[in-house]
Amino acid sequence: MSLPADIAANPKLSTWFALEADGRVVFRTGKVELGQGAVTAIAALAAAELTIQPEALTVVAGDTRSGPDEGLTASSLSIEQGGAAARHAAGVLRERLAEAAARRLGVPVAALHLADGRFSVSGQNLSLGFSDLAGDLDMEADMRRLPVPEPVSDWAQAVPLRRRDLPARLSGPAFVHDLVRHDMRHGRVLRPPHPGAVLEAADRAALAALPGVDTVVIDGGFVGIVAADEYTADRAASAGERHLRWRLARRLPPCEPDQAWLEDVAPHLVETLLDEADAGVSLSAPDLAATFARPFIAHAAIAPSCAVAEWQDNRLTVWAHSQGPFLLAGALARALDLPEEAVAVVHSPGAGAYGHNGADDVALDAALLARAAGAPVMVRWSRRDEMVWAPRGPAMRIRLAAKLDHETGRIAAWSSEVFSPPHLGRPQRGLAAPGVDLLAAWSRARPVPPAPPRSLPGPGTGDRNAIPGYAVGARRIRHHLLPQGTLRTSALRALGAHANVFAIEGFMDELAALAGADPLEFRLRHLDDDRGRGILEIAAGAAGWDGRPAGGDGHGMGIGYARYKNTGAWCAVVAEVVVETEVRLIRLVAAVDCGAVVHRDGALNQIEGGVLQAASWTLLESLSWDADGVIGTGWDSYPVLGFAKVPAVDVHLAHRPASAPLGAGECATGPTTAAIANAAAAALGVRLRRLPLTPSGLRAAIDEI
Amino acid sequence: MTPRPPIPLALQVNGRWISVTVAQGTPLLAALRAAGLTGTRFGCGEGHCGVCTVLVNGRPVASCTLATEQVGSAEITTIEGLGSADVAGPVQSAFLDHQAAQCGYCINGIIVALTGLLARRPRPDRAEILAWLDERHICRCGAHLRILRAVDALLAGDASPAAGMAGPGQ
Repeated sequence: MSLPADIAANPKLSTWFALEADGRVVFRTGKVELGQGAVTAIAALAAAELTIQPEALTVVAGDTRSGPDEGLTASSLSIEQGGAAARHAAGVLRERLAEAAARRLGVPVAALHLADGRFSVSGQNLSLGFSDLAGDLDMEADMRRLPVPEPVSDWAQAVPLRRRDLPARLSGPAFVHDLVRHDMRHGRVLRPPHPGAVLEAADRAALAALPGVDTVVIDGGFVGIVAADEYTADRAASAGERHLRWRLARRLPPCEPDQAWLEDVAPHLVETLLDEADAGVSLSAPDLAATFARPFIAHAAIAPSCAVAEWQDNRLTVWAHSQGPFLLAGALARALDLPEEAVAVVHSPGAGAYGHNGADDVALDAALLARAAGAPVMVRWSRRDEMVWAPRGPAMRIRLAAKLDHETGRIAAWSSEVFSPPHLGRPQRGLAAPGVDLLAAWSRARPVPPAPPRSLPGPGTGDRNAIPGYAVGARRIRHHLLPQGTLRTSALRALGAHANVFAIEGFMDELAALAGADPLEFRLRHLDDDRGRGILEIAAGAAGWDGRPAGGDGHGMGIGYARYKNTGAWCAVVAEVVVETEVRLIRLVAAVDCGAVVHRDGALNQIEGGVLQAASWTLLESLSWDADGVIGTGWDSYPVLGFAKVPAVDVHLAHRPASAPLGAGECATGPTTAAIANAAAAALGVRLRRLPLTPSGLRAAIDEI
Repeated sequence: MTPRPPIPLALQVNGRWISVTVAQGTPLLAALRAAGLTGTRFGCGEGHCGVCTVLVNGRPVASCTLATEQVGSAEITTIEGLGSADVAGPVQSAFLDHQAAQCGYCINGIIVALTGLLARRPRPDRAEILAWLDERHICRCGAHLRILRAVDALLAGDASPAAGMAGPGQ
């Protein structure tokens, strides 16, 4: 075993653990609880290495004042990275404690027996608990210089886990929205109704005269008010709109399902991921070419973004539901011209986050208003703020072309051209990072622009899963990274993998039809990866693929498959649908191989949620606006999957106790969308290449033949 | 705009009377939260998402669009009236037993609404429950399947009110 990256970056044992005088063992993780059960699982891994019950640990998650910097809780890496670090740190603590116990008891370490957090020696009555040994330990020890501990527990937890955080969430205060600080006040930022609008004029006196308003901030185009309570602040924010004048500076792109406008935008960067010999030549006259598209997809969190900020002697503490407390702290320091150590960020839960939403932005809003008010301030966005101002998942357009070897029935060459605005607009770590990726910073009197668009190696953003996981002959894969447009975009669950898998899997069905092959058999024909083949076969077997309806009469089944990021969990989904005027989901069968499963119910919960959220994206979701660029902001104009439309869902997990764990939260999104679209296409006998599959989308696809 | 002076009101919440002083038109949600009952949450502010559901005389109501002064002497039940983190009520227990949540932000409204439904119709059929939930509640995380499993367990009578809230908070 080697040193986990998060341990190398946070090498002091005291960053991870504290043995309190009252006997409590405090465990700190840099990963945060986003409603996935990740912190429950990570704490259980640490507890198992200490031979104690998970409930015996006091857990601190995502606190820049005391815990490790583990970057983001994102990208399905929480267990893989955060869990590995927790196991390592706990193992080091256990071995240090064992050495101390051996010294005290005058026996070699090998003679010690450890169970339930107590060291004993057979034949002796004496035993020592962790708190008895606390004083003997050098908690400042550098784990890079200590032996790598040998794990005493398995990744897969023997005991089913229950979420540590749920009892509080399901009964009373638990979210940042519920936080109360002494003398706390409530702020609102008055943002324009259109993302391309800029402030022309603000009537400060009129804003200050609004009932209950005690502080007004006008800093360039940033306008905020503060009042004593939430309702007064809400009323003032809404009444204050008429004291501001906005000008439309930037227009929105065309709101059309083919997303053809993306090809007209001058790219920031064109990355060639692969350009293998002969791909260009053999693709000059492809046997099949098709273009797929998905729209902008909103986080549409059930709760508005919220944060609390408190200043004391030019030091700032912010409670935020950020996915990256340390990254946010760095961006706040840059935005506010503060040294990094003057900013603390404490993670406090928000509503489900599926990527980079408004959680970071609202933290700067709160910091600016709290500084002006001279008191702690909570800022809570409105639903309109969420839909108009929070980053969203980008629209994407993907052109695919392939050459088929008609003799072998195999794909001989494959080309992908992916057009996408940025999937990464997050705050970046440290004072040296360029720009400030926090909304309020861009419109202040002394504006700080966001960082330029960026990609990730891997391939990690719009090109995530752009390379097919199949053996497709010579490949040419290009990623056209577009600049930020009027509609700001950033990370949404699975990033580019969602649209890329939708496109590749739709295209595989089209190629299978061209080759006269069964879609499942055609996939297996091109798949060398045993675990991938295994998971496809599990899903197909469980769904009864062989006995599926013939299609063409409104009833169909479809399949979707991918290995997330080509390095993560394997997932296959089979969908069964009935299509009349709309697509009705009958059943979704998912099979996932995410290696050793630490927290079985947590993994199932993530996969179920990923499947249903992707079903919602596929059937319903598209950020839309009218001719004047007014974005619909209510739940009625951005509907999501409701209870009445939820199908039967079966999730099958591969049993891989000896493999390394892989995250499960994102792997199902692409395969689910692909399976539903392929099922609906089979039911209709018409290819479906544009999302969402609304009644009007289906009509458009039928009209095109 | 003429500032309207706050008015003192007495509300009957979870079986006891509490005093609140609120501006006229203040939504019941804001009054409850200001009184420390923060288990009822703000979602959309438009009565669409069901997050802020409370029972008023046993009927589920979106507390974000109900003016506090209109409540009068009606009996209000919030999530705090149904159980706590230490002692869960039967619906809470079923949700915990089935880990029927992801972020959990929407769940309290759902628990309150289901409690109201079950009090009036102890054995509703599944279609009725689906319609009831579909009309009033949105879950963005995709915890629907678990929520429905918890409901099925409640209907089957195998919820375990005494089990419940094991494990410390974070």
